Amino acid sequence: MKILMLGWELPPHNAGGLGVACAHMCRALASQGADIDFIVPYINSHPDIDFMRVIPAIPADAREVMKHSGAYDSFYYQSKTGKKHEIAANDYHSIYEASVDRIVTLGEYDVIHAYDWLTIRPALRAKQLLGIPLIVNIHALEYDRSGGGYGNPFVRDIEYHGMMMADKVVAISQHVKNIIVREYHVPESKVEVIHNSHVISGLNNQIAGPNTYRYIEMMRSVGYGIVMFFGRLTIQKNLPGLLRVMQKVVEKHPKSMLVLMGSGEQELELVELAAELGIGGNVIFVGFQRGKEWRDMFGVSDICVMPSVSEPFGLTPLEAAEFGVPNLISRQSGVAEILSSALRSDYWDVDDMANQIVSVLQNKELATQLSEDGISEVSKMNWDNNASKFLNLYRNQLGYAA
Amino acid sequence: MSESRAIVLYLHVHQPFRIRHYTIFDAGQEHNYFDAPSGSKENNADVLRKVAAKSYLPTNERLLRMLNHNPKFKLSMSITGTVLEQLEAYAPEVLESFKHVVATGRVEIVAETYHHSLAFFYSRDEFEAQVRMHREIVERIFGVTPTAFRNTELSYNNELASWADQAGYKAIICEGWDPVMGWRSPNFLYKPYGTNNIRLLTKNYKLSDDVAFRFSNQHWQEYPLTTEKFMNWANASWDQPLLNLFMDYETFGEHQWEDSGIFNFLEHLPKAWLQNQEHTFMTISEASESFEPVDELDIPNTITWADTERDLTAWLGNKMQQGAISSLYALEAPILASNDLKLIEDWRRLQTSDHFYYMCTKWWSDGDVHAYFSPYETPYVAYMNFMNAWHDLKFRLAEKGIEV
Repeated sequence: MKILMLGWELPPHNAGGLGVACAHMCRALASQGADIDFIVPYINSHPDIDFMRVIPAIPADAREVMKHSGAYDSFYYQSKTGKKHEIAANDYHSIYEASVDRIVTLGEYDVIHAYDWLTIRPALRAKQLLGIPLIVNIHALEYDRSGGGYGNPFVRDIEYHGMMMADKVVAISQHVKNIIVREYHVPESKVEVIHNSHVISGLNNQIAGPNTYRYIEMMRSVGYGIVMFFGRLTIQKNLPGLLRVMQKVVEKHPKSMLVLMGSGEQELELVELAAELGIGGNVIFVGFQRGKEWRDMFGVSDICVMPSVSEPFGLTPLEAAEFGVPNLISRQSGVAEILSSALRSDYWDVDDMANQIVSVLQNKELATQLSEDGISEVSKMNWDNNASKFLNLYRNQLGYAA
Repeated sequence: MSESRAIVLYLHVHQPFRIRHYTIFDAGQEHNYFDAPSGSKENNADVLRKVAAKSYLPTNERLLRMLNHNPKFKLSMSITGTVLEQLEAYAPEVLESFKHVVATGRVEIVAETYHHSLAFFYSRDEFEAQVRMHREIVERIFGVTPTAFRNTELSYNNELASWADQAGYKAIICEGWDPVMGWRSPNFLYKPYGTNNIRLLTKNYKLSDDVAFRFSNQHWQEYPLTTEKFMNWANASWDQPLLNLFMDYETFGEHQWEDSGIFNFLEHLPKAWLQNQEHTFMTISEASESFEPVDELDIPNTITWADTERDLTAWLGNKMQQGAISSLYALEAPILASNDLKLIEDWRRLQTSDHFYYMCTKWWSDGDVHAYFSPYETPYVAYMNFMNAWHDLKFRLAEKGIEV
């Protein structure tokens, strides 16, 4: 089975979880015999990927392209001749789309598998040229990115168009499928759910030894409980809500702190709100971190909270679970459908989230239980099931086409 | 003794006081741990009325008919203090139907802890207090004094048998579990190790569970289970005096639904069994006096009637359960010293084993959530509600100036 996979990113050139999920999924697919050509919109190399062919569609550096993959930003450039021109995501999509005419000649493809709005234009072009089944795999929607709003109409249109033209739509959670059916009016029978999964990083033994966060370590040693958030500081993540939760937590358990790891457009607003709520001294912003700085945070956290308004999947809770950190996750998330050993709450229920956080901070045995159950649960996860489901889906589609 | 063989049918009736969604913000403010709003899954009155309609009322109606039509039909029942209290409060007509059944004089009420607790394993004084409370409520409501004993979840060991022997009970019951029975059959009377007068009846778990667990299972190769088939199995051990069928009362109508035919099965049972003149029914105490024990059973380690492990791990297997129960019993002295009857009763209601069962994670991380019978979304939620109530008990003690 030869698959033309139209992607946007792969590690180490990824800006988010999409690239990570693609790499794991393709590795599992390849191990089950799939032959994949994975197209990316940049020229950089991927030293760790030897199980499929990675083909560049755009002669540009990944950092440049990633800068323009947002739905809201555009940038001005001045060329050597002094001419100014604007570039935005749509321009890269156009170049990607144009490159498909050449790409389709590189192999005898059976199916096209495309990810999210970013690759829908090239995907539709490929389907037009090859006349083979197109599977659109939705990892995130404009609806989620805009915190449950309409978002950018241009992006919504592309998503809608892509899902309607696809032979099959695959959502990474029931949560996403519900939104596709409810908000985009795609027929329910056309949408299948194949959950994301997780592969343990094996890095959890690397948080021993001197920790990056000496201040937080010290506060913990004098009895502070540390509540952790990882992710972009953006509307989708419901961080103003989390600050209100934290205000209640501090009221019941004064020795508690919230650490926000990540960056985003809401950062200043959140700093201000924390002060306004009188918990300025209990909230720490550590910015976006990678590597040891990212890992070490798990070593000093008592609970990791993902309070999102709408989260297509949510990789962070699985990472936290692997590091033995208890999770509180929003029921409005895909990961809540597959992770049993986590506390859950509705994102709007400030009292309930505060109650559950205080419970974990005050009852050691609950924290230990969640930690042990989480480690045991994620260590059993892998992508093999997902890959078999995709292979079945490809075969079914080919049956239709033939 | 004219008859050679008796069925000892024993049914267990119980409902806990489920804890409502009780948060840390309620602690120190509201002490009504058991008052879930109507319509929620933890509302005790709702659950009780539902079970009464599906199980208690139709089963009692049939039991009464069976007793009236078959003079030799008898049974034993245990009925906890917590369910009696709820019947009095939420469904007095259902309590009346139990009274009618007991008033036939052919239904033995078996002793146990009032609160369906695991107190025996944590505090002997508290355990005895709860057994006393149970005897008092049974005497008040049914006008009878129990002479046979069962402990919560049929938990049993030599020490419990010695206690019951010294307390003067004629009989005690436990699971006829192969590892403790060895080569022995559960269909005989036994003497517990180290006791003098008390007798031990052991549950025939194969035949009991055929009814209690497998009756409506369409994947079971013996499905459907008819009275005739069941009698054939029962008659296979024709030369053994007892057939101990022990199960939850809620088997009838609640665990096995009416449309499975369970009620017809029950009603036909005495007729089919008594067709043989040598067959009869006996209560637990009667059986203990009708036969001689064939052997002494030595059971040093605790067994129960639960799960494939037949141990207490469904209640005390994980850290949350162990932490919660030891925190609760750690308050025993100050709670009793408070002399506050409401406070003491709340503490006792929290001892009901169901609360710890709801915290069980045995099946949880395997993703087998269907094995999780609980009003709560997760075992963690069960633990949180429980511990917040526990924090409130401490608050109430502190308010009285009692140090904890």
